[in-house]
Amino acid sequence: MILLIQYTLIFAAILSLVALGGCFSEHSGVINLGLEGVMVMGALGGALTMKSLGSAPSAVIVIVTILVAALSGLAYTLLLAFACINLKADQTLVGTALNILATAAATVIVKAINMSEDSSNVSSTVVYTKANHALTTKIGGFSFNWFVAVAILALILAYVILYKTRFGLRLMACGENPQAADSVGINVFKMRWCGVLISGVLGGIGGIAYITAGVSQWKFETGVAGWGFLALAVMIFGQWKPLNIGLAALLFGFFRALSSVYSGIGWLAAMKIPSTIYVMLPYIISLIVLAFTSKNSRAPKAEGIPYDKSTR
Amino acid sequence: MKEKKSILTNGLFQSIVSAIICILLGLLVGYLVLLAINPAGAGKAIQAIVKNYLNYPTKMAQMKYLGNTLVKTAPLLMCALSINFCYKVGLFNIGAAGQYVVGIGACLYGALALKWSWLPCMLLALAAGALWGLIVGLLKAYRNVNEVISGIMLNWIGLYLVNTLLSNVKESTSPYTYALGKTNKAAMLPGGGLPAVFSNNGYVTIAIPLSIIIAVLIDILLTKTKFGYELRATGFNKEAARYAGMNEKRNLIMTLVIGGALAGLGAAFYYLSGYEQWEVTTSSVPGMGFNGIAATFLGGLNPIGTIFASYFLQHIMSGGSYLDKNIYPSQIADLITAIIIYLCGFVLFMKTVMNRMAASKNEKKLRRTGAESKKGGEKA
Repeated sequence: MILLIQYTLIFAAILSLVALGGCFSEHSGVINLGLEGVMVMGALGGALTMKSLGSAPSAVIVIVTILVAALSGLAYTLLLAFACINLKADQTLVGTALNILATAAATVIVKAINMSEDSSNVSSTVVYTKANHALTTKIGGFSFNWFVAVAILALILAYVILYKTRFGLRLMACGENPQAADSVGINVFKMRWCGVLISGVLGGIGGIAYITAGVSQWKFETGVAGWGFLALAVMIFGQWKPLNIGLAALLFGFFRALSSVYSGIGWLAAMKIPSTIYVMLPYIISLIVLAFTSKNSRAPKAEGIPYDKSTR
Repeated sequence: MKEKKSILTNGLFQSIVSAIICILLGLLVGYLVLLAINPAGAGKAIQAIVKNYLNYPTKMAQMKYLGNTLVKTAPLLMCALSINFCYKVGLFNIGAAGQYVVGIGACLYGALALKWSWLPCMLLALAAGALWGLIVGLLKAYRNVNEVISGIMLNWIGLYLVNTLLSNVKESTSPYTYALGKTNKAAMLPGGGLPAVFSNNGYVTIAIPLSIIIAVLIDILLTKTKFGYELRATGFNKEAARYAGMNEKRNLIMTLVIGGALAGLGAAFYYLSGYEQWEVTTSSVPGMGFNGIAATFLGGLNPIGTIFASYFLQHIMSGGSYLDKNIYPSQIADLITAIIIYLCGFVLFMKTVMNRMAASKNEKKLRRTGAESKKGGEKA
């Protein structure tokens, strides 16, 4: 049972971090479908940092890893921001391209590093066993993951920033009606850049959280198994509001956790449901949830539309 | 005076130039990555990728491996057509990857478990793909679910389902499904005399000409029929289409069903050639559907252009296998494809620049002729 709670919390943390990223980006008016790729890049940066830090003090590992993951995500979203905001490229296409590019690039980078270290090692796996313990701390029998704390902090910050600060309200104005925002002197391009870059930071942290949850090595050829998109589903289910996103993430996290621990829960294991069903659950649930929540969606009105000054 | 239009504003010319720019930049980045990994062999490596089957010295071997590239081009073209078709109606069918996967599951199950012959297997794959597209279509039309997100979810659901389904027909000692040629020869696509052309390459089948014919048919459907016109109108402006009396919900659903069928058919075109067996422990959705996005956009969103773009991309990706595996990861070819997709996002920008160039040229010319006529006026 403790294990179930533990897994639910960490999976919910990952989803809410990435979903908040999507939330910032969409509130500014840009759909970031490249979150999946941003997660991969954050994961890559974080994993390589952890590998090289090895046996450094725990606090150093946690802080540096998170910083590098965030920066990797941020750097990667520059590609999206430039293409979609400045050059008005198709956001769906560029986001998709970034997802494919991230997996290919991460695989090439990891393989090149592995091959340079040991010419017989052509795998795309990064091993960070030594540093992985630093990310969790034991409270009694409960192992608490630092990313859960980061996610809670991010949720609170997101709420305050979006609803209580001038910056947040301006950001949201750019996603609702950029023409009006521009007419009162808000720089729409700048705001959208901020929104997209914040999504890069949060997506990057979510990426490293994802690949360190319960495993101590990662094969980058597999990417992050659609979690960037699951996070977008969480965001839609949470109606683009930080607190709702947190709750939605808990629900999704629970179903994902179930697939990891069901064999240890007596009555669930006794039902002899094939394990595939559990693996598919988060995806199926998200389809059902989307079917019921998308109809009256409160999506930012101007999302996905490149801003053109001449349409004012 | 005869009005002469600048070649820069010609749509076809613009598409071709943009595609070539994307390709060259993609190859350039690929070359830079090769340089970064190992400068000594980079020049040779990029040549190996571009040459693909021409790396073989004899004509016999070249034809044989050209055949292999074509075998993989057929499913890529089908996935690309699926995405192309849906994009015309304003839908981004990223679910093509999942529709392709369930197509694989259906045709291999039909062939290996039910022992059907190739035509029913092919139709089963088509139906499975169409069903997967139908789900996305229904969710989009009636529940307003973003087709990209539902498509991705269905990709993963499809992958796990197919893994489970095909576990029933896998070899006991490996994670691969039974070899088609040994288990059920009747399910293999007929060659139609093509293998003889490609140095007896048995994998070359009617799938290749069929996929090209389908591309032409899709082009005709979109540009020459009432149904195609309605679809495009829906893509341009949903509200206007509805106002004009078109059933936009039905059109949306039909589009995704057809798109799904195309991708499912692509799976049959590949897996019923016996070229590859499915690995039931596959942990990521096959890239075919995603690469189809690249082919579509590189082909200028035109079914005929997509034929060439699909071949080119497959050429590069097959070329990746000729890299020296001890120095370079073969995924560099995937990296090049991904960069090409990214650059395709800039096509609109490139076209704007070309239009602007044409306009400024035109303006200069006008000013010059204007100045001359003014001079003439003064004389008189």
